[in-house]
Amino acid sequence: MKVLVPVKRVVDYNVKVRVKSDQTGVDIANVKMSMNPFDEIAVEEATRLKEKGTVTEIVAVSCGVAQCQETLRTAMAIGADRGVLVQTDEELQPLAVAKILKALADKEQPELIILGKQAIDDDANQTGQMLAALLGWPQATFASKVEIGDGKATVTREVDGGLETLSLTLPAIVTTDLRLNEPRYVTLPNIMKAKKKQLDTVSPADLGVDAAPRLKTLKVSEPPSRSAGIKVPDVSALVDKLKNEAKVV
Amino acid sequence: MSVLVIAEHDNAQLKGATLNVIAAATKIDADVHVLVAGQGAQAAADEAAKAVGVTKVLLADGDSLGNALAENVAEQVLAVADGYSHILFPATVSGKNVAPRVAAKLDVAQVSEITAVVSPDTFERPIYAGNAIATVQSQDAKKVLTVRTTAFDAVAAQGGSAAVETLTVVGDSGKSSFVGRELAKSDRPELAGANVVVSGGRGIGSAENFKILEPLADKLGAALGASRAAVDAGFAPNDWQVGQTGKIVAPQLYVAVGISGAIQHLAGMKDSKVIVAINKDEEAPIFGVSDYGLVADLFEAVPELQKSL
Repeated sequence: MKVLVPVKRVVDYNVKVRVKSDQTGVDIANVKMSMNPFDEIAVEEATRLKEKGTVTEIVAVSCGVAQCQETLRTAMAIGADRGVLVQTDEELQPLAVAKILKALADKEQPELIILGKQAIDDDANQTGQMLAALLGWPQATFASKVEIGDGKATVTREVDGGLETLSLTLPAIVTTDLRLNEPRYVTLPNIMKAKKKQLDTVSPADLGVDAAPRLKTLKVSEPPSRSAGIKVPDVSALVDKLKNEAKVV
Repeated sequence: MSVLVIAEHDNAQLKGATLNVIAAATKIDADVHVLVAGQGAQAAADEAAKAVGVTKVLLADGDSLGNALAENVAEQVLAVADGYSHILFPATVSGKNVAPRVAAKLDVAQVSEITAVVSPDTFERPIYAGNAIATVQSQDAKKVLTVRTTAFDAVAAQGGSAAVETLTVVGDSGKSSFVGRELAKSDRPELAGANVVVSGGRGIGSAENFKILEPLADKLGAALGASRAAVDAGFAPNDWQVGQTGKIVAPQLYVAVGISGAIQHLAGMKDSKVIVAINKDEEAPIFGVSDYGLVADLFEAVPELQKSL
């Protein structure tokens, strides 16, 4: 079966972003960009399903600026067979991405779409669920284990207080949680091979999608900073501070 | 128009998170309705009716809603969505699972994890693991929101007297089914709502060593938490994880033991009132956010702290 894996290019998770002084956004010029960590887990899971023989083709998709090609090449170096870039310089919000992905799913007819549970830039945690709704497919979010068989996906999810397992009729949507797998390192030979894989570029308009943002960002500001704390010399000083100064114990 | 709050409950009991969402809802409009969708959830609905600020409770009680499958719960919400200008979910695992599904079906954007209501169409929310706060305005007629519960003080659980109205339950989608659940048993307070949290990191060293935190947590009436490093290493269960990808907590007191303080961890706890860090590395980033830092070996400091409290 065919799997679609959407991947997002985001500011690398190790970068501490700075808010622009004019409060229009965060400064991402000249900052290291990478594949969203949850999406790496999604590509890895698709690749493992292919290695098991369950999956025949993996199509990686990314929406955004031309540089998202690099993210797609990374996905192909991990194991995706080909890539589709939906190129636009406009801001894309989760609803728009979900609509783009729906249009692609209608065209590609995958039986499974694996997404990351959230992107670490907007922290929205919406796209997978929205895509499931638009396609009318079942969803299993926050997956920590996925098994495919008999036209069904059996997915264990990380929920508040523990784990729960669902059975979904395919086609279905799965979003990955951190503990689903450990993504492999891409090797140089695979990076070279990925360069030869097919990468198609389309626009949201080609897919008939109106990608205009619905949420207007009025400003982006620094979070309130904590006032500088102190270091205490020993445990008794700490207890004294907690009891008499902070009065929390 | 009225505001609809989707209740968080386990069928038997209303979860505390619901009271925080009601508090956020009252900042938007005075007419707050609560939807309790579940199976055998009458008691949870009765509890919701007593919460201060609630004007009506809608109870949808049926087989299809017992395990809170996203497909069915979303349909139930959509069945009543017409009458509301705002639909609010707690930003819990179940709220986050269903809210975007509802938003997409209504063809509206969803605003995730709001931390403040600026006006009925404008909200604040953290982005980039809490390193920036975005103020966003929704252009949609209907607003679907998830609420970061730690950002709003809970309304009183007692004192209201709303009527409970019973709804027709939507059918099962037939597309997904519940197989099983494995919940961790714990006598300690629930992590997300605890007043005090004691968390351990990689510095603890092993699952066995994690027990060193238990007497301290018991003494403080605290929930136990963990950093991702500690969870990944198998020292602590997954649902103890505090951080960008785990739980967001904002207790009165957060004690970080053997936690270096990576950006992703800080995202989950830096709104705590008082932060105490115990770490032997005096350069650890956690000391940048802690109110009281103690540079010491945790294996000596933790038992000593427990004894002197």
